[in-house]
Amino acid sequence: MVLGALLAALINLNGSGHYIHWGFIQISVANFVVILLMIAVFVLAIVLPFPRRKGRDE
Amino acid sequence: MSVDTGSHTDEPGAEESRQWTARARRAAESAFPPDRLLPDRQPAYMASWIYVFGVLTVVSLAWVIITGCVLAIMGPSWWHVSTAGHFVNSLHLWSVEAFFSFMVIHLWGKFFMAAWRGNRRLTWATGVISFAVSVGAAFTGYLSQQNFDSQWISTQAKDGINATGAGAVWNVLNFGQMLMWHIVLLPIAVVIIAGLHVLLVRRHGIVPPFADDERKSKETVAPPAEEPA
Repeated sequence: MVLGALLAALINLNGSGHYIHWGFIQISVANFVVILLMIAVFVLAIVLPFPRRKGRDE
Repeated sequence: MSVDTGSHTDEPGAEESRQWTARARRAAESAFPPDRLLPDRQPAYMASWIYVFGVLTVVSLAWVIITGCVLAIMGPSWWHVSTAGHFVNSLHLWSVEAFFSFMVIHLWGKFFMAAWRGNRRLTWATGVISFAVSVGAAFTGYLSQQNFDSQWISTQAKDGINATGAGAVWNVLNFGQMLMWHIVLLPIAVVIIAGLHVLLVRRHGIVPPFADDERKSKETVAPPAEEPA
């Protein structure tokens, strides 16, 4: 309950959504943030080295 | 007591059985020998985080199915009212969110790798089809929420669906039909196509890097001259 109240205080979801308008493109801020996070995860997945066990070179 | 159903291939020199069961068994053994079906070694170029997202997609799908089964067992009066029901309902939603996020990152990775190279067209195609069918499964899931959100989505979608002509047999305002598609037909389709996709990955292996692929094709075109004895 305490954690839930804390999260609710940080992100208030009670209210109308926020939208980005750019020409004919309209997207909610929430969806835009999710897409940015996915791109960030994709870039990190390419850049970060994968841990390899020593002695396995095949 | 046993009945002899045909000639056996165990004995050396014996004629191979032409029964469909024997032919299907030989084809399955040839396409998927146990070490290819469950390998313990992979090429060095698989050591990348980008390959993790395919597995995460499958794990998310497993959670979607498991939580969906719990929701089906307990029923709407449980998932709409009780705390535990809300929790499992949320798990079902968030595992779908994770499923699509991981699947799209997997798709981006495979697209930039041109993962259809080397006779892997069917692997790519089954991935695309499973993605499309999953969108349908998620859509019917949103229609099955039994709240204002599902009402809004169905009334917005009906005009678009009707414009295609599909509305004659696929009515998004028909809750029972959408629920059946969501919990029976589309999950079966997604699991079968995703399973086929994984089997094709096992059959053909992961796609090699571009440089490795080019080197192999050059070797195929112009094999190195043999050294003089």
